Amino acid sequence: MTLEAIVEQLGLKCKCCWEKLKRDVEGGYAGDLLSDVMANSSAGNIWVTRQVHQNIVAVASLKEHAGVVIVQGAVPDKDTLEKAQKEGIPIIVSDMSEFEVVGKIYHLMYHG
Amino acid sequence: MPGDEYLEGIFQVQGRDFVDAGIVSSEIKKKLKEKGIPESIIRKAAVVTFEAEINIISYAEQGTIQYYIEPDSITIEAKDVGAGIEDIELALQEGYSTADDSIRELGFGAGMGLANIKRFSDEFEISSVPREGTYVRSTIYLNGK
Repeated sequence: MTLEAIVEQLGLKCKCCWEKLKRDVEGGYAGDLLSDVMANSSAGNIWVTRQVHQNIVAVASLKEHAGVVIVQGAVPDKDTLEKAQKEGIPIIVSDMSEFEVVGKIYHLMYHG
Repeated sequence: MPGDEYLEGIFQVQGRDFVDAGIVSSEIKKKLKEKGIPESIIRKAAVVTFEAEINIISYAEQGTIQYYIEPDSITIEAKDVGAGIEDIELALQEGYSTADDSIRELGFGAGMGLANIKRFSDEFEISSVPREGTYVRSTIYLNGK
């Protein structure tokens, strides 16, 4: 499933790197502890988090995530979006809680 | 420890510079890709360098990260001048951390850094002198064994 399909079907908002939304998503990971995400997420994952600062871009880029979804209506820092643009990491936002977003993405990917 | 002839690069890391966190890891990852190092090895090296970088930024005044490529392994060495570690055994336990709130707010300081470095290394060495600094060496075998 592409990132674009997830964004459209769940009504998420893309804040950066629309051109990368055609990417295929291979599984996902949810977490706010960056070391946990570094250790346990995989390339191609969609990463769901409540963190908004620019270090999330470093993690997503190093792990080659398909994109990052920031939840709970949190607003990504300006620096985060600038860095994401540079690294080509789509930043997607949602007003839903982390639990809800993860549940919906999971359902869409595996039972949709 | 690998000989100097295998040294590929040295990077400076500044304490408390969370803005640039990840730059050294990205750079090393890029170089390893250029060298044609297998993806599975690069993934391990990326975790090790990132955690080493974050540790220097979080707990040291300054430090260096250098990496070596030998025919059968990659070695990442992190040296810093800073707080050092009082009890290494405790510091290696997952979940143990001395991080302050400013570090934790960023999603760091969960006490997983050193444990991650050890987990993704085939050989791991650490030494530290409290109030002086810390040395960490991680070797990853290219054949995965």
